[in-house]
Amino acid sequence: MSNASAVTILSASHLQLVRQHKTVLNDISLNLKTGQIITLIGPNGCGKSTLIKVLLGLEKPDAGTVTRRAGLRIGYMPQRLSLDQRMPLTVTGFLQLARGAGDEQIRYWLNRLSIQPLAQQSVHDLSGGEWQRVLLARALLIRPDLLVLDEPVQGVDVQGQLELYSLIPQLRDELGCAVLMVSHDLHLVMAATDEVICLNGHICCSGHPDTVSLDPAYIQLFGARLQQGKQQHPIAHYTHHHDHQHCADGHIEHRTPGKEIP
Amino acid sequence: MNLFDYWWLMPLMAGILLALVAGPLGSFVVWRRMAFFGDTLAHGALLGITFGVLTDIHLTLALVLGSLLLALLLLPLQNRSRLSSDTLLGIVSHSTLAIGLVTLSLAQGIRVDLMGYLFGDLLAVERMDVVWILLAAILIAALLFWQWRALLAITVSQELAAIDGHPVQRLNLMLILLLALLVALAMKVVGILLVSALLIIPPAAARSLARTPEQMVLLASTTGVISVLLGLWASFHWDTPAGPSVVVAATTLFALSLVLQSLRDHRRRA
Repeated sequence: MSNASAVTILSASHLQLVRQHKTVLNDISLNLKTGQIITLIGPNGCGKSTLIKVLLGLEKPDAGTVTRRAGLRIGYMPQRLSLDQRMPLTVTGFLQLARGAGDEQIRYWLNRLSIQPLAQQSVHDLSGGEWQRVLLARALLIRPDLLVLDEPVQGVDVQGQLELYSLIPQLRDELGCAVLMVSHDLHLVMAATDEVICLNGHICCSGHPDTVSLDPAYIQLFGARLQQGKQQHPIAHYTHHHDHQHCADGHIEHRTPGKEIP
Repeated sequence: MNLFDYWWLMPLMAGILLALVAGPLGSFVVWRRMAFFGDTLAHGALLGITFGVLTDIHLTLALVLGSLLLALLLLPLQNRSRLSSDTLLGIVSHSTLAIGLVTLSLAQGIRVDLMGYLFGDLLAVERMDVVWILLAAILIAALLFWQWRALLAITVSQELAAIDGHPVQRLNLMLILLLALLVALAMKVVGILLVSALLIIPPAAARSLARTPEQMVLLASTTGVISVLLGLWASFHWDTPAGPSVVVAATTLFALSLVLQSLRDHRRRA
């Protein structure tokens, strides 16, 4: 969906971060343009969340730079947010704590995400999926230029995942924002993704997801639901093309061409 | 007859003022799981008293300075993992109390009303104490009111608040210094050992009846004021120690709130 007039709103170059003698981020560079959707994938502990924190400015890299467009509004939906039970708070009260949130915007986004009935409920009584939508609403309140979602479909059922993956490109079009998303699934990503980045300390590979309606595993998993529905599948398959292996001790072995590992 | 002739007026005013600001500050202590932190501040404040006695500066001033200094030293602990900071706070808390007690006993020729500091001596509160407490209460209330939403935001999530552009570290610092100030001044009234009771019990009693943070804070302040009134009344009537009586009254109100909540839950289920 990227077009020629798209402007870079956030760029990172040669990020390096070491924590407790472990290289968490190694020479990572990326560019985000207006309207672009980037999905970050990778195994657990590969540095996805750390990279997000560095890009958001919550953590400082040891080396490398992050450049954000001046005045960039960022909406961030954290992976999880647990509130202390002893703090009484309604959904509206929670959303009002977002800086610059007006009551009108709150009403608009509650409606847009179909969670209007929850407005006066206690945040402690919500289901996982409902709470996720409230967190998404909070990220959208400031009409962000960049929407950052950390594993938004974690703990959401298949139906919810499909809904969210169709919703995100719509939101992107409505707001004209860029989207940076972390996904827990290594192979199935949101179809609207422009670029998939596979992370494991460094960037292992990156590219565009395939359109996959024909993958049998995929049909088996989602087929019944897809046939009822829309013209476009919200989920796509990503084929990795790695030229190296990560060994247990952390060092990287490059594969020589022609000597394919069986 | 002049209003100031009533000998019980000063203790009453001190208690009510403290209870009013302990409502909001205590709520933050409860929400942010800082109960142990408040305890440590209170215990450490005995060192402030010792310091004041030895150097002969004004005791209340020494107490406030000591608490603020300790709060600054303990600030980094707040963000650490819970287990290790629990242990460390425990060490600081009890060792400062012990060092304070030992040093005071060694200081020869100086008589300090130790019991007064450990358990409070509400009836010994004088007009100057009330002036101190009044000024502190105004400062605390004004700062909390001014930064109310930002403080709630960092309590809900420091991460989201930081992305929203709130000065998270400065707000944390402000909250802790205000807490230290309150603890130092409340000590004369309820004593070192019971200061955190005044902070925690009223918000705990308010929790089950509140739907918003603001309601909880108002209810906590109200509960605190009622506890002070009941405690002082009991103290005059039965000649019980004032500070502990206030805490007993607050605990009774907390138990009542539990009964009220279970009745309400029962009715909702029926």
